[in-house]
Amino acid sequence: MASSTLNESKQLATWYFTFAFILFGAQLLFGLVAAIQYVMPGFLFEILDFSVARTLHINALVVWMVFAMFGSVYWLLPDETGIDTVGIKIGKLLYWIFVAAIAVVVLVYIFVQVGPADETTIWFIMEGREYIEAPRWADFGIVVVALGFVANLFLTGIKGKQTGIVTVLMADMIAFAGLYLAGMFFTDNISVDQYWWWWVIHLWVEATWEVFVGAIAAYGLITMIGAHRKVVEMWLWIEVAMLFGSGILGMGHHYFWIGTPEYWWEIGALFSALEPLPLVAMFVHVLYDWGKTQGAEMNAEHTDEDSVRSVIQNKPAFTWFVFNAFGNFLGAGVWGFFHTLPQVNLYTHGTQFTSAHGHLAFFGAYATILIGMMYIAVQGKNNIKVMNNTKSSIWAVSLIVGGVMGMTVALTIAGYVQVLVSRAQMGATWAGYFDGQAGMWFAQGMDWRLIMGVVTFLGFLLLAKDLLTTGKNPVHER
Amino acid sequence: MANRSVWSDNRFWQRSAAWVTGFAAILLIWLTFDTSMQISMGSDEDLKNGVTKRVPGPTVINYKITYEMDAKRGHEVPVIGEKELFFGRDDWSEEEAGALLHLGKLGSQAKNCMNCHTLLGNGAYYAPDLTKAWLDPAWGPEGSLQAMTGKPTKEEAMAEFLQHPSQYPTHERMMPNLGITAEEAKGLVAFLKHMSSIDTNGFPRNFGKIKGAVHGK
Repeated sequence: MASSTLNESKQLATWYFTFAFILFGAQLLFGLVAAIQYVMPGFLFEILDFSVARTLHINALVVWMVFAMFGSVYWLLPDETGIDTVGIKIGKLLYWIFVAAIAVVVLVYIFVQVGPADETTIWFIMEGREYIEAPRWADFGIVVVALGFVANLFLTGIKGKQTGIVTVLMADMIAFAGLYLAGMFFTDNISVDQYWWWWVIHLWVEATWEVFVGAIAAYGLITMIGAHRKVVEMWLWIEVAMLFGSGILGMGHHYFWIGTPEYWWEIGALFSALEPLPLVAMFVHVLYDWGKTQGAEMNAEHTDEDSVRSVIQNKPAFTWFVFNAFGNFLGAGVWGFFHTLPQVNLYTHGTQFTSAHGHLAFFGAYATILIGMMYIAVQGKNNIKVMNNTKSSIWAVSLIVGGVMGMTVALTIAGYVQVLVSRAQMGATWAGYFDGQAGMWFAQGMDWRLIMGVVTFLGFLLLAKDLLTTGKNPVHER
Repeated sequence: MANRSVWSDNRFWQRSAAWVTGFAAILLIWLTFDTSMQISMGSDEDLKNGVTKRVPGPTVINYKITYEMDAKRGHEVPVIGEKELFFGRDDWSEEEAGALLHLGKLGSQAKNCMNCHTLLGNGAYYAPDLTKAWLDPAWGPEGSLQAMTGKPTKEEAMAEFLQHPSQYPTHERMMPNLGITAEEAKGLVAFLKHMSSIDTNGFPRNFGKIKGAVHGK
């Protein structure tokens, strides 16, 4: 794993990316188990039940993304600040603590699964709160690691050159780490419980993570196509204003039905309806800067078309960045907007519709750009000047994007059945729920979701192969 | 410098971002204070005096709960009615009911309910929503689920099912055995009854149209 050409911060980044990728595989595997259980309910019944598979599916998702986000920051920090990351030894030590803690949590999820209804379960087995199920002891571990990471970032940012990208990341990552604290308490009042639970989930996924993506996209545009820093950073500040301006109060769309007052209908509807706007802006920004830089290249001292070179220094990474711009807008923006108004959400809340949105949004907004960062790391680690696509890179991105889109469409159709049958017609009772699940369109939707899940997994295998082997491939310019 | 526009000035956008974020955050914090007061749990006194709380106190388990159309608000709201026996008693004290709810809420997390079911609509979509499960006609006196367990009351039927779910398969998709004890099951049913009394702004919609849940008759 050690590479003499990388500085320590970038080396740590590759460690983070490696473990993130392993967890990404785990996420897909447990997702497949859960998808099979929808089609064949007896599969692993009372061995590895749906609740266990899904816990692992969504926890692996969150954790691999956090790992890849940390990795991305450790990767770009020396480039942006111009100095070695301060306190990198501590960062490396914390990495191993983080990995060990996650291994223990996962083993307990798989082999212990549930516990008695008392505090020991909350502390040592699981907290039973979707996305942040990790037991309390692990919460403290996560806080310690996150503080170490934030310290690395802040000390380096203050000592080195503090670019706009680094400034945004500093503000964003401290909020990201701090918000986790809102999920670390127990209450008997489930409305209060879910109120604060959303502070973690929503303010991560629809605010701080999105701003993180804006910063990474800015870094990618500068390093991959040589976009002008001043232009890129101006866009970044506009995006921060729009993302936080809509996303923070957009949290209201989670407060429609959990016992909270009616005024959240209006606040949630208004601000969450604005949430797609920055995503459109980010999409335009990436394509605009690409076109602008490529156009400048074409106008410069070329006499014939053939001598015009692509400005892209890393083709597979840039492909993933473009899919990020598109997927973020489509998955988070369009699929999110579908059901964000309270009049619609009353019927769609808690159906496969949410699941369709969740799949495309997490993939489009985050998985894509983080995979892109992994390609950037492969490029840097292997001293590649211009990195080209291989057959595997193209097949991997096609299968994964096609697979996730397919799952999203299948889940959306299944969601419609649920909305019409279980909700509108039957009023969300036990009987209504199962009538909806028995619908032909629902059942076929679940079949297609499984098929598309397998397609996604095949793409993942190719992606793994490509990331491991493309560094030595002679197609690249060195 | 003369032709430089503020619209292409990074400092301007940086400051705008800071102001917008700060303003949104302050508004959220302010609303959080108001919401926290509105969703704090009520007390036994409130219930006795007929004070409506969005989240009633734990002793709501001593009362009959129904889900009725409110003409003014335009959707169904939980209505707390006359006294009703819960596991044979309608005089659960604030401490006893609170302890039962505490056990049930802990149980709901310790057994990871939320990764199959939705609670207040949040969670996984592999099993029915539990928000108003207590009011589900299937668990009522004429309901198939109560009949299946052979228990005389709704709460005993639910507790029996929770302890031995795979003995009562209702569909091909079954609830697994989670090692829920008799005491934990009692707590979980109290938790479900309490949750059904939370004012969820009419979610889930149309629940009241189903026979048996309207006016609790």
